[in-house]
Amino acid sequence: MLVNGKEMQFDEAITIEALLIQLKLNEDRVVVEVNRQIIEKSKYGSTYLNSDDRVEIVSFVGGG
Amino acid sequence: MNIQVWVNEKGMEVDAESSVFLVRDAMKNDADIMILNGFPIQQDVLLQDKDRVILIKRGEIPCEEELESLMTARHTPGVHEKVKNAKVGIAGLGGLGSNIAIALARIGVGKLILVDFDIVEPSNLNRQQYFIKHIGMPKTEALKELLALIHPYIRVEIKTVYLDEDNIGACFGDTDIVVEAFDNPKSKACLVNTMLSTFPGRPIVAASGLAGYDSNNAIKTKKVMRNLYVTGDGVSEAAPGCGLMAPRVLIAAGHQANMVLRLILGEKEV
Repeated sequence: MLVNGKEMQFDEAITIEALLIQLKLNEDRVVVEVNRQIIEKSKYGSTYLNSDDRVEIVSFVGGG
Repeated sequence: MNIQVWVNEKGMEVDAESSVFLVRDAMKNDADIMILNGFPIQQDVLLQDKDRVILIKRGEIPCEEELESLMTARHTPGVHEKVKNAKVGIAGLGGLGSNIAIALARIGVGKLILVDFDIVEPSNLNRQQYFIKHIGMPKTEALKELLALIHPYIRVEIKTVYLDEDNIGACFGDTDIVVEAFDNPKSKACLVNTMLSTFPGRPIVAASGLAGYDSNNAIKTKKVMRNLYVTGDGVSEAAPGCGLMAPRVLIAAGHQANMVLRLILGEKEV
């Protein structure tokens, strides 16, 4: 799958939650889009990603 | 033959051989600042069809009906009509939000919806557009007061509430563009998630990574999703050892404000 434009491969199906853990991202600070569709935080654990998915993740740092 | 021109925003027909100085002598002979299509001129120029001329006497406070048009004299032609009809929401009125609001008010964005739950306190003043006298006052009220001093002809709606999933839609339903200007990263993500889920067609201009005094040029604005723009270096988090200070916060605020202006004018790329 493409994650922020970069090809990533996994041996088995992976949820958004697991992908975020692997990328060391805090799920409270991110916006996740799969195939141009925003995924709600409550669905990160139950949404499995497919090998042809395009995933965009924006992670925010504090300060303003 | 006559041509159509605008002088201090009033449309009129003048002889095709007319010059800026000729129009000044006829209409406001004490004017010492002449602005042609957004740019001040020193030497006389022949007028072309559709030209816009602004005549100003330096230091004179014009009557109310003329003031608004004179305030836009340095705008690029065609900008004013669009910004005047724009409705922009700003979530968070700290270092980013207070500066963005002032930039958008100065160019005459017709309606601003300003939301923040907090009051002004002394540690805000190193980067936020408030004054000592505002300490203790809700940021919404302090900013509304400042904006009225800068531009009395825009509409400013304030909401002194803590924004979360439950009230974001109600606060920002009636906007064209929303600016994310929070400090807290969870609130940033919450606003962007809620807005993009609720109003998928509505552009959001957010910020991430503007603390400290790292290079100016590390601050970028990127279009990261169809309707999500993010300004910042992406990494400089406000944290112990890395403060938030006016210069870099203002760079980011300027990026966000200009992205808003670009969107208002139909430019969807960064």
